[in-house]
Amino acid sequence: MKRMLDIALPLVVAALVLGTWEWGVAHWQVPVYVLPAPSAIAHAFADNFTSLMASLFSTLTVTVEAFFAACILGIATAIAFSQSRLLERTFYPYAVVLQVTPVVAIAPLILIWVGFERINLALTIIATIVAFFPILAGATLGLKSADFNLIDLTRIYGASRLQTLWRVRLPTALPYLLSGMKTAGGLALIGAVVAEFVAGSGTATGLAWRIVESGNRLEIATLFAALALLAATGIAIFAGLSLLEWALLRRWHESAISNPS
Amino acid sequence: MIALGDVGKRFANGTEALRGLSFTVEAGEFVSLLGPSGCGKSTALRLIAGLLAPDAGHIDYPGGKPEIGFVFQEPTLMPWTDALANVRLPLDLKGVARSHADGRAEAALTRVGLKGFEHAFPRELSGGMKMRVSIARALCSFTGAAQPKLLLLDEPFAALDEITRNALGDDLLRLWREDGLTVLFVTHSLSESSYLSQRVLVMTPRPGRIASDIALPVGRDSRLSAPTIEAQRAISDALGEAMAA
Repeated sequence: MKRMLDIALPLVVAALVLGTWEWGVAHWQVPVYVLPAPSAIAHAFADNFTSLMASLFSTLTVTVEAFFAACILGIATAIAFSQSRLLERTFYPYAVVLQVTPVVAIAPLILIWVGFERINLALTIIATIVAFFPILAGATLGLKSADFNLIDLTRIYGASRLQTLWRVRLPTALPYLLSGMKTAGGLALIGAVVAEFVAGSGTATGLAWRIVESGNRLEIATLFAALALLAATGIAIFAGLSLLEWALLRRWHESAISNPS
Repeated sequence: MIALGDVGKRFANGTEALRGLSFTVEAGEFVSLLGPSGCGKSTALRLIAGLLAPDAGHIDYPGGKPEIGFVFQEPTLMPWTDALANVRLPLDLKGVARSHADGRAEAALTRVGLKGFEHAFPRELSGGMKMRVSIARALCSFTGAAQPKLLLLDEPFAALDEITRNALGDDLLRLWREDGLTVLFVTHSLSESSYLSQRVLVMTPRPGRIASDIALPVGRDSRLSAPTIEAQRAISDALGEAMAA
């Protein structure tokens, strides 16, 4: 019942908003270059389906590659930090600097350094920088949260550092890491979009570029279709990572267990 | 089995936990270390387990370095895996083959009365059952047949209700007899120490050392028998003196 409501309530709101929107556009005769009706957007979506899908594929490729790169780099850095307090104290501030510097500001530099002939690599690097920090922060906190007594126990049994890392620290870190990954998944998409905006005309082929291009041509319905596609992609990434989180934690972690009361 | 000579321990924050702590435990004994909270009982146990190094004195193992099983006040289980894998941890860390390790872990769970709970996760078990898993894991710490077996328990039943505590105490006595373990049992419960152990070492408040070493009469077969109550009185007097000193 509760689950039904979770799905039904947002759908009712969506239907109400779209209905009002459609009616309002027709009633006040809003020009299509200001606000197209939902039906017009659907038409634009159908008309440009192939090219929109190609753009989606381009943006999604950058996003997914950046996400995996951020995961690998973030986890590896967190493990290095967990093994050496000195390393963490030396380099963690730089990770924070990377996080707080707006990526839009660094993006032009990266585009120049990597070169416009390797535009997808440049876009991926920019998106990776955006997605990196939540993974690092989550994994670092998680690796530190291991039960001290459990660590002592592995010491009594003569475990190596690697064994303790693998059997105690990493499983403890998993919920924190997954939480960081959920944030990073959305950020990778945002990073890819921002990177495309900065890269500008002629080189990028993704959804963000479609939005810029449609705006310039006053094809507002196509712009909305690209926007809707971006939002749907973001939701899909979040849903996929939430599902992964549930599958990995449902047997043991409080966050994934519904309270029976 | 263990001999502590003039052991001292001071922590980095300046707290002096132990000073001049000396006692011995013979192989096969069941000894309680009794004292008020914060008297350094747990520190002594950690020193013996090799988790801490003493600042002064020495700890010797005349009969050779024993294999150590450790039970904490909290069950200290891995929440992400089932009872069997938790019990198997010492064997996994020592590189014992999975098929053999599984057999030993199952046997250990059966011995603590948890047959059928091999695949239950810690959160699905009661407090007493979790402590049983923790004890089963300690049993799996003993892999060598020839090496002496030393079981260290740090107030293991303090967080449990009295009925569960009594049942676990009886189980612990059974395991001690069957396996020829040497047990060092840290507690702040007078009745627990008098019922379970052959000897009670009463500790002074911080910095801890041994105030009295009380051998308990044999033939205590229940918590309310005359010898047990006699023993409790002796321990209680010793504890009173230790606190006043």
